[in-house]
Amino acid sequence: MLQILNFLLLLVVAIAIPGLINRTRARLAGRLGIRFTQHLRNVGVLLRKGAVYSPTTTQLFRLTPACYFGSALVALLFIPVGDLHAVLSFKGDVICFAYTLAIGRFFLILAAMDTGSSFEGMGASREALYGALVEPAMMLLFGTLALLFGYTSFDDIFSAARQFDVQLTIILLLMAYLFIRLLFVEAGRVPVDDPRTHLELTMIHEVMCLDYCGVDLALIQMGGWMKSAALAVVAANAVAMPLGYHWWLVTPLAILLSALPIGIVESSQARNKLSRNTTYILTIVAMAAIVFFMGYLIQQNISI
Amino acid sequence: MKYYITNNRAASVLLKEIPEAGYAEFFADVDEKLRDEHFHLGHYFALPEDEERLRFYCLLLDDRTGEVLIASHAMEYYDESELPSLTARHAEVHPFEREISERYGIRFSEMPWAKPLRFPFDRFDKRSSMDNYPFYTMEGASLHEVNVGPIHAGIIEPGAFRFICNGERVLHLEIALGYQHRGVEHAFAATRNRLRQMLLSESIAGDSAIAHSTAFAEALEKLSTKSLPQSENLEIERIVALELERMAMQIADTGALSMDIGYQLGQVACEALRTVVINTTQAWCGNRFGKGLIRPAGTNFPLTAEKIALIRENVRDVRRRYHEVAEDLKSSPTILARFEQCGIVSKQDMVQIGGVGQAARASGLGRDLRTTHPWGSYGKKIQHESLCEPAGDVMARLLVRCREVLQSADYIEKLLCDFNPEAASPKPDFDFSLKADSLAFGLVEGWRGETCHVVVTDHEGAVKACKVKDPSLHNWLGLALAVRGEGISDFPICNKSFNLSYCGHDL
Repeated sequence: MLQILNFLLLLVVAIAIPGLINRTRARLAGRLGIRFTQHLRNVGVLLRKGAVYSPTTTQLFRLTPACYFGSALVALLFIPVGDLHAVLSFKGDVICFAYTLAIGRFFLILAAMDTGSSFEGMGASREALYGALVEPAMMLLFGTLALLFGYTSFDDIFSAARQFDVQLTIILLLMAYLFIRLLFVEAGRVPVDDPRTHLELTMIHEVMCLDYCGVDLALIQMGGWMKSAALAVVAANAVAMPLGYHWWLVTPLAILLSALPIGIVESSQARNKLSRNTTYILTIVAMAAIVFFMGYLIQQNISI
Repeated sequence: MKYYITNNRAASVLLKEIPEAGYAEFFADVDEKLRDEHFHLGHYFALPEDEERLRFYCLLLDDRTGEVLIASHAMEYYDESELPSLTARHAEVHPFEREISERYGIRFSEMPWAKPLRFPFDRFDKRSSMDNYPFYTMEGASLHEVNVGPIHAGIIEPGAFRFICNGERVLHLEIALGYQHRGVEHAFAATRNRLRQMLLSESIAGDSAIAHSTAFAEALEKLSTKSLPQSENLEIERIVALELERMAMQIADTGALSMDIGYQLGQVACEALRTVVINTTQAWCGNRFGKGLIRPAGTNFPLTAEKIALIRENVRDVRRRYHEVAEDLKSSPTILARFEQCGIVSKQDMVQIGGVGQAARASGLGRDLRTTHPWGSYGKKIQHESLCEPAGDVMARLLVRCREVLQSADYIEKLLCDFNPEAASPKPDFDFSLKADSLAFGLVEGWRGETCHVVVTDHEGAVKACKVKDPSLHNWLGLALAVRGEGISDFPICNKSFNLSYCGHDL
């Protein structure tokens, strides 16, 4: 029963994040803004639409939206919200989580190249590069979690009872910060990518979806929301741990921690030059390595 | 070689007074003049004089003395001999020679790239058309081509861009235009209705309605047989309108540049400010782009005390608020990281391609008709100082914009400060007769740069041809140079930093 509540809360986070990002951006621009649930209505419209397929595409292109949506959905199942339990959990599911997300990306890249469009090919090559760069950061962070708590499953890690510990809190806060930065990359937000841009030549994620419409596009969009929600909840769990770690605390925290920074950064900052994205992501990797090292030191201390 | 020497304030010139030289002499002399960066080509076009002869007119602008040198040469209409190409020596001549080629089938030998300019028809090779145009290609396993256009994905005009890239880096960009060709120049000559011609001139490029209509009106007035009433107020009103247009467009481009790098704050602030400016123009003349404001020899919308107060108040407000935005842009590291060192066009390149306007000024080439070839209140009430930035990158083009908005606001304030609404401006006159067999030009520094209209009349005093030159004609090549070696994802900001006109080029 509680596992179902857990899953529903994750969906709430997935739906609330894009809404809050839009509200934040609108408020900071001095605008009234669109309604909170506008993105749901847009997807509702898309779901009622049919699809048009380019004659140059193959079955792979039609398969991809389902794969992308499915991979994000499965990845979401591994994540516990606060003190609730994840729907799916087994030893080593942190690794499974990372590579389930990678499967979705893999299919999206193939589908983009399948269209034979020069725009989408460029997008695919960019996505492949950034995906490869993000992976070590994610592995290092999950590795740190595993190292600190001695488990390799999200459910075990976040339900391991912990007493308040200053050193641990600092590390967890740092990790949360890095998860949020990873979220910027994974969700394709400013400064890495700009979901609002109309300029195909500068797009990364959006350009790969240019040939999709209707249900397919809706699936890809919803997949993206779930992906963001998964990372946001992991970050919120890390922050909430010293605060008592209740699901009713983690849920709003996940929404605020991800949507507010994204909204603020998108209103007040320009996008990176594309060639500087590599540096941006490698910085996250470097910081993750430092966190991992710190975690190792603390773990040594504790055991001594 | 002899030139007819005139300036931007002088009256029209009789066609027979323009000295005619042999092509060899013309070639040698223009070639020598263009080596000097103080000279650039204002216009160069051919017109059939009668059934037998094709006469070529060339306007050279001397930036030091403010003179306009007019030269001409002629050839038999059906003469098929080739003329040595000036483009081979001076890249800036390319749009003019290409236009002459496609219209009259004149062949220029050693022409580096005999590509039609607008493809209305190619007299030189009738099989060549826009649809089978062979883009420049390069061979190589690591190269790929990206084609953008000609149909724009959004709302702007058509133009085809063909990139040759090595990974993310652009090696070459070829721009093919002409999709917007509407036969504007022909339409000018096809009607005798002066009002219709004025409306045409306003519609050449919607974002430069005032610049183009002022250039055309000035040219018409210079051709008048009777002396038109001189009105200081009218002069001032035209300049105020032009500077309002400049402010509106430079602010809009600042916003558009912010949008393209995803900087929301700059975008929304500039959009709001631009609206204030164009609404001010609307409050003045009923049209946000100033259509209907410029009419020959007079105006339908003389400035009244209330309108002056409104314009001054709004302009002052916009100036203050825009200054804040500009300071913010200049001091944000993420913005500087995008704009600096991006899309550089060196001064040398700008001189070679004959760049004009704010793009040229951003490369340190201070071409500005308001300084060099003043008309109206410039040179009298306002001693214009052209604003240059040496860097030649996107940031420099943005900085020139930022500074010009403030400068324009100051000019408007200054002009309206001692404007006397009591001395009413004359009403427009659409019926004054034009001198026969004459040539007159209007040179106006629009927000984008040098706008030139050359009006030639026939022996009855009707407009025989109106040759229009939008600054975009020179500057499109600058964009192609700017993206060379840049990442392809930086093309949009390079493009926006020039913000060139498709319809102004295609006519």
